[in-house]
Amino acid sequence: MNFHVIGVNHNSAPLDVRERLAVPEARLPEAIQQLVQQPGVEEGLVLSTCNRVEVLTSTSQSADLRAFLRSYFGVSPEAIQSHLYEFQERDAVRHVFRVASSLDSMVVGEPQILGQVKEAYAVARGLGAVHSALEALLSRAFAVAKRVRTETAIGSSSVSIASVAVQLAEKIFGSLEGKTVYLVGAGKMAELAARHLIGHGAQKIIISNRTHERAVQLAEAFGGEAIPFDRLHETAGSADIILTSTGANEPIFRKEHGEKLLRGRRNRPVFFIDIAVPRNVAPEVNKLDGLFVYDVDDLQSIAGSNSTERRKEAERAEQIIETEVTRFAARMKSLAVVPTILSLQEYCETIRQAEIDRVRGKLGHITPEQEAAIEAVTRGIINKLLHTPITTLKSSAAHPEAATIEEMVRRLFNLNNGKPKS
Amino acid sequence: MPLFWLRVALALYGVGLVYALASFWGGRQVLTRITMPAVGLGMTFHFVSLIENAMLSHVLAPSSMHEMESLLAFLLMAFFFVIYARYHATSPGLAVFPLVFLLTASAALGTTPADQSMPLFVSAQWVYVHVALILVGYSALVFSFIASIFYLIQERNLKRKTTGGFWSRLPALAVMDDIGYKSLIWGFPFMTLGLISGAILAEARFGSRYFADPKILLSILVWLVYMVLLYTRWSAGWRGRRAAYLATFAFAVAMVAWAANNLSHTHRFIAP
Repeated sequence: MNFHVIGVNHNSAPLDVRERLAVPEARLPEAIQQLVQQPGVEEGLVLSTCNRVEVLTSTSQSADLRAFLRSYFGVSPEAIQSHLYEFQERDAVRHVFRVASSLDSMVVGEPQILGQVKEAYAVARGLGAVHSALEALLSRAFAVAKRVRTETAIGSSSVSIASVAVQLAEKIFGSLEGKTVYLVGAGKMAELAARHLIGHGAQKIIISNRTHERAVQLAEAFGGEAIPFDRLHETAGSADIILTSTGANEPIFRKEHGEKLLRGRRNRPVFFIDIAVPRNVAPEVNKLDGLFVYDVDDLQSIAGSNSTERRKEAERAEQIIETEVTRFAARMKSLAVVPTILSLQEYCETIRQAEIDRVRGKLGHITPEQEAAIEAVTRGIINKLLHTPITTLKSSAAHPEAATIEEMVRRLFNLNNGKPKS
Repeated sequence: MPLFWLRVALALYGVGLVYALASFWGGRQVLTRITMPAVGLGMTFHFVSLIENAMLSHVLAPSSMHEMESLLAFLLMAFFFVIYARYHATSPGLAVFPLVFLLTASAALGTTPADQSMPLFVSAQWVYVHVALILVGYSALVFSFIASIFYLIQERNLKRKTTGGFWSRLPALAVMDDIGYKSLIWGFPFMTLGLISGAILAEARFGSRYFADPKILLSILVWLVYMVLLYTRWSAGWRGRRAAYLATFAFAVAMVAWAANNLSHTHRFIAP
């Protein structure tokens, strides 16, 4: 068995090529059915999202997936040749893991891709196009994606949003040294962002929250100052950075507040970080000279474009994937020796039964105790004899000599004749 | 005017020019490393050229348009290094290096009319002081202008939330605002003293009629705009976009005043 991936993604192909290859959801089953009818293809899955179209298969012999692309999509091979990528075996495993973990995504770490892979898997599985090897590969891929997500901060938008906020603040103020940060709303995200800003030199923290106790708590944790919520607007002028995260349905800062703020500050700039949905700062505030408003979408879209934080996390994720690929390959190989072990056991069991049947006539009447003793002795002999061959098969499975050892065992015990179809 | 050292300086400033131009196509790491030493060395040779020129002509005054250009280029470069030392910002170089190169090139390669010396009716030292003071004031305005332009670009990008690309390497808004402001503060006394010294010199030569000259009137206008700039910053707390627009306007007026040499009867470098 062999894994084989072919496809295009946002890196390899421009949008118009991806569009030509995209498979609409309604036609997905048909595509999968045609795929598994290709010679050599045992299992197959088609993943089609706006950033990628991929065909993943498990093949018994070499299969021409390009031929499938040609016949199914009716595109001339020359037209898309340069945009295609193709991976086999270990590389294919790595690719599937990377895709599922969102490392191959345009916005690295975005969470949608895992859901899309899961959907494609569900469709293919419903059609019986995914059952054994691909089943193992995909369920492992989902586990790997989960591991990447929990062990790295790659998908954690809070980290990237906070670091983008710091970056932007530095673009406005030069450095955060001596700057005052006003937290309006004292949720987890606000706390995290504040921690980040302090880490980069912000000096003073002021906190205002509808539930004043929470503000006081947080103020104590940061060595900051808690202000009652109804005094927010009169005190906001002292802040260079205002981070809003309340659940208010209407904007808390509107144009008139912005104008008042600027007057009070003699036009010194204010950076609004609005991580609340719906927004706490009205968009027209951004139009005022010296006020800069970034909402959660703005921050996220900037975060997507390669912050260093994310790159670091992506590197860690790649390491996780590398170890997982190795582990998975070893497991697949050890699965490969299972049929040999089974037939070896089956072969010996047949001999044992035959011998017991043969000798039973000569012994005449035997008590159940004697019967049990014969059973135990013969079984024991066989188990002891088979112990070393089986453990050797298992332990060598991951090594290159596995095939030789397996073949040797098959020949020695003449297993090839009665080899069960795998 | 002996030009050898000035041409050496010009060649070195060429590195700065290439750096500035290359930056627009993604910038070259190697260039970044060699540019600062190259233009620094260029400035040293430029200084040598200025001194040599002054000694050879036995007159301390820059007496031709080309010598003016040379001195202005030198002052701009000096300003650039002061700002570099203070803010570690190389991006003003993007505008300064080409400007310095052009000024130096004009000074070093331009043909000079046979007799283009300024008629020195009064003490040459005083003329020199007047010109130097005014040129420092102009340099400060140039930097204020560059900082303002960069400020406006950066501010627009931040407002539009397009943070990537070439302009993302500009210094922070606060830094550019500060450069713009400090340039004005430092340039203003020079400009003022330059005008006063000029007035004294002209008074001595022409009497009160010099006032009617367009060059003089424009220079006074530059000074007034300069005043307004500083005043709005101090008292009205103007900064950011409005201050940047005003600085741009001041620079435009200064350019007109500079160009007005050609209209002037009493303030020409070429003898009437």
